[in-house]
Amino acid sequence: MKYVIIGNSAAAVGAIEGIRQVDKDGGIVVISKEKYHTYSRPLISYLIQGKVTEDKMYYRPLSFYEENNCKVMLGEEAVRIIPDKKEVELKGGKSVKYDKLLVATGSKPFIVPTEGLDGVENKFTFMSYDDAKSLEASITPDTRVLIVGAGLIGLKCAEGLNKKVKSITVVDLADRVLSSILDEKGSEIMKKHLENAGIEIILSDSVKAYEKNMATLNSGRKVPFDILVIAIGVRPNVELVKEAGGKVNRGIVTDEFQMTSIKDVYAAGDCTESLDISCNEQKILALLPNAYMQGEVAGKNMAGDKVKYEKAIPMNAIGFFGLHIITAGSYRGESYEFIGENSYKRLFINDNRLVGYIMIGEINRAGIYTSLIKDKVDLSTIDMGLLLQKPNLMMFPKDVRKQKLGVGHR
Amino acid sequence: MNEEWCLGCHLCEYFCAFVNSGEKYMPKAFALNRQNVPNITVEEGDRINFAVNCRQCDEPLCKKGCITGAISVKDGVVTIDTEKCVGCFTCILSCPYGAVVPNKEGKAAKKCELCISNGGIPACVTNCPNRAIVLEEVY
Ligand SMILES: Cc1cc2nc3c(=O)[nH]c(=O)nc-3n(C[C@H](O)[C@H](O)[C@H](O)COP(=O)(O)OP(=O)(O)OC[C@H]3O[C@@H](n4cnc5c(N)ncnc54)[C@H](O)[C@@H]3O)c2cc1C
Repeated sequence: MKYVIIGNSAAAVGAIEGIRQVDKDGGIVVISKEKYHTYSRPLISYLIQGKVTEDKMYYRPLSFYEENNCKVMLGEEAVRIIPDKKEVELKGGKSVKYDKLLVATGSKPFIVPTEGLDGVENKFTFMSYDDAKSLEASITPDTRVLIVGAGLIGLKCAEGLNKKVKSITVVDLADRVLSSILDEKGSEIMKKHLENAGIEIILSDSVKAYEKNMATLNSGRKVPFDILVIAIGVRPNVELVKEAGGKVNRGIVTDEFQMTSIKDVYAAGDCTESLDISCNEQKILALLPNAYMQGEVAGKNMAGDKVKYEKAIPMNAIGFFGLHIITAGSYRGESYEFIGENSYKRLFINDNRLVGYIMIGEINRAGIYTSLIKDKVDLSTIDMGLLLQKPNLMMFPKDVRKQKLGVGHR
Repeated sequence: MNEEWCLGCHLCEYFCAFVNSGEKYMPKAFALNRQNVPNITVEEGDRINFAVNCRQCDEPLCKKGCITGAISVKDGVVTIDTEKCVGCFTCILSCPYGAVVPNKEGKAAKKCELCISNGGIPACVTNCPNRAIVLEEVY
């Protein structure tokens, strides 16, 4: 059996580890546009911050490919999948044969065409090791940075650059920061926190036009900058599957075994759509744990196993300047809010199930809430008083508790 | 963990924090400003108490979700490489038992590693006065 994987990040690593749980011998070829050993993408902001050194960027030890008997083609780009010939064509004309193929191509930055953008000399996106390196090489303590986008990536970039540059301004069209994972109150808390750290945040506004080192916002406000970082959002890399005739909506569509509509072609990670079971909607869940777990399921199935990936939900753990946020699920139904001195918590209950939560500051044992969402636990079996208080196992009925404490996930 | 036997005395927490603190003398591990965090948590109820620590899952969600690759399984023990951990706490988000905790500085995650580096016999097991905590392999 010959496995070919396009991509070399979380989903690809999940697939390699998944394949090797089932098939120790089949050859695995990894095709990677980026020229690096598999690295942790989220660490790029820690790298520019100086909290992580280059030798700690790697997502798996340097012996990983060898231990898993993988042939890695670094710096090679797949340009076409030819399902009839079971072949992947590479840029430059070479091709690679497969029995089972995984598309784990991730996402790319989304860029809105804006007047004058082409004329901006120092502009960056913040998605890759190379982005981080070139950004780092371009800043000085006198640099004024403008970041467009107050989402996870834009703000992580701001945190990474803080103290290394003269000023950071973040602009977002939304009326609040981290709008994809927080509610209004949560956003407000984080905005204050970021501002206290010295980051300027401009909301409900966007760049109308660029003129060399000056951005003019819709409101008329002008923001001078030396470096521009565009972090509006990401779009899945679906082209390979689409052009090969596979089903694609916003992301690549797969079944619960992670197979695309093309036989023997699987897909996993940021390039795909998943069924968010907290609200029963197809979504792109551009998150590392999701990418890894989808990849692992894909890998196992490619190697002949038959396992489903069926517990996908949005979930985020992220911190800025020491303040931690954990969120999961969807925010609908009835909600319960708890405001502490340094913490904020909101639980969302719909149809007698916990479907989502937000925790800021106090995040201990949050995974117990996550498990309630993923397991779709019927809350009539749960001690509600305890559930609302904080995450604990005491809230479960005795038999469930005993099973959790004695047997676990085995 | 046998909840029928747990007294809720918290000795497991103290011993856990002590043996993992690197201190040789117990009072030192708890001296002022040295709040060492245990890898085991006692939950107290009206009549029931129990301690929760890592179940050493066969399919550890903390490991699968770890964004840096800091978590691995070594001889059946789920282990966090604190050098690689950046303290994003995706593991805390993922663990269904609430068995991963921030370290005392809040900069990295930590969890029960079965006292592998403290001689191999978990301090919570040896010091549980009522033998509520036992070390057993479950298949
Ligand atoms: C700054 C930043 C911070 C983040 N922080 C977090 C976080 O805290 N928590 C979290 O859960 N997630 C975070 N994420 C998201 C996380 O990085 C992604 O969800 C994860 O990397 C997705 O993995 P993937 O394998 O699907 O794709 P990717 O990591 O995007 O990798 C895809 C790979 O495929 C390669 N590729 C694409 N097309 C081709 C081709 N045609 N031929 C060959 N190779 C190709 C690409 O070069 C890339 O290397 C962050 C992302 C960024 C940018």
